[in-house]
Amino acid sequence: MYETTYHRASSVEDAVKLIGSAEDGKLLAGGQTLIPTMKSRLAAPTDLVDLRQIDALKGIEVSGRSVRIGAGTTHAEVAGHAGLAEVCPALTHLAAHIGDPHVRHMGTIGGSIANNDPAADYPAALLALGATVVTDKREIAAADFFTGLFETALAPDEVITAVAFEAPAKCGYAKFPNPASRYALTGVFVAKRDDGVRVAVTGAGDDGVFRADAIEQALSTSFEPSALEGVSVPADDLMTDIHASADYRANLIVVMAKRAVAAANG
Amino acid sequence: MSDVSMVVNGRNVSGSLEDRTLLVHFLRDTLGLTGTHVGCDTSQCGACVVHVDGKAVKSCTMLAAQASGAEVVTIEGLAEGGELHPVQAAFKEHHGLQCGFCTPGMIMAAVDMIARHPDGLDEATVRDELEGNICRCTGYHNIVKAILAASEAMAGKARQAA
Ligand SMILES: Cc1cc2nc3c(=O)[nH]c(=O)nc-3n(C[C@H](O)[C@H](O)[C@H](O)COP(=O)(O)OP(=O)(O)OC[C@H]3O[C@@H](n4cnc5c(N)ncnc54)[C@H](O)[C@@H]3O)c2cc1C
Ligand code: FES
Ligand code: FES
Repeated sequence: MYETTYHRASSVEDAVKLIGSAEDGKLLAGGQTLIPTMKSRLAAPTDLVDLRQIDALKGIEVSGRSVRIGAGTTHAEVAGHAGLAEVCPALTHLAAHIGDPHVRHMGTIGGSIANNDPAADYPAALLALGATVVTDKREIAAADFFTGLFETALAPDEVITAVAFEAPAKCGYAKFPNPASRYALTGVFVAKRDDGVRVAVTGAGDDGVFRADAIEQALSTSFEPSALEGVSVPADDLMTDIHASADYRANLIVVMAKRAVAAANG
Repeated sequence: MSDVSMVVNGRNVSGSLEDRTLLVHFLRDTLGLTGTHVGCDTSQCGACVVHVDGKAVKSCTMLAAQASGAEVVTIEGLAEGGELHPVQAAFKEHHGLQCGFCTPGMIMAAVDMIARHPDGLDEATVRDELEGNICRCTGYHNIVKAILAASEAMAGKARQAA
């Protein structure tokens, strides 16, 4: 790891100030992506601004079907939240299957979405849930937030403070984990509301998370796994790498979507 | 440089370190607590697992500066006097190790896992929960057996105490 200077922020305002005055600074949340990246020298920030001691970034509020999750809430805290499991069980299930217990004790929802790894789990949930990303400066719809591979709409000195959404009537998540890394080789999040069905896919797209129109249309007619018989997803914009071809991923999307619907229907 | 201070295995410790120092290096190189191992550079193997404020974390994926002010427990902090912790005893009894390289991390992960499942563990849960700990020797069978046995033994002790 290259040299760096560590700062501990005491508040969001403090963090914004510290990151603004750093030459090439980075916010540090759980460190479960950033520290490994720095260890392998793929990132070399001059300064790190640690957000972990900021209480205002922590915690989950569920009121009726409105959910607000602080950016600094860990995957373990999301996975273990009883109130959230009641209104949006797919999200607690998703968090419980990120990495391993040690990663889940440190890693945060804010860090995960800011990183926008094309194989990360949370981006699919946020897109399907139509969530809002709240920052110290503004509110950004998930659809506008995820802009490409490891790219988001965030400005360099912008701090995510929370994620907010209305829990849908039904939701489900199914991931086919890469057997080595446990990241999604393909993961599908489905959310059913009165006004329609949203389906978001992670791990498969050439340009990161995306919505699967053909699957959404089929499920809007009938929200059952059987509605997806014969539905296919074009492989054109899907990823091919050492783990799987685009065609394989196209097939997996439909299989995972069926499983996600089955999970949503309970 | 950063001044860090924390409680490690019940002892107040401090040091002046380069900010980039990982917690595992502070434990091993500064404090001489070499029970915590480093088995990879990709945050995947779990040989470095310690407890920070009561939670199992990978000490290779945390800066010492991040842990400043925290309470840390390492494998050296488990035994009381000459008596092995029940999880250590179970690993010995059930032959849960061969070369022993992964063992400190396995045991720290197991202690955390048992604490999070006060109502007991089953085999599937143990295997699931060991996702972040890699063993190149045992094939995991005896590790799983040891953790299940320790979980039972500790529940028994808790019942006796109640
Ligand atoms: C072994 C292993 C397995 C994993 N498996 C999975 C998996 O299966 N699925 C999955 O989705 N992820 C997985 N991860 C990644 C994990 O979920 C990380 O926790 C997550 O990607 C980053 O969150 P963090 O809090 O650790 O962020 P950090 O690593 O601290 O930061 C990541 C990035 O986000 C930025 N950032 C952090 N917080 C904020 C904020 N509040 N506002 C603005 N920017 C911010 C940082 O500047 C940095 O660029 C795995 C990681 C490891 C080490
Ligand atoms: S040394 Fe391998 S996970 Fe920490
Ligand atoms: S006992 Fe050798 S790596 Fe586990």
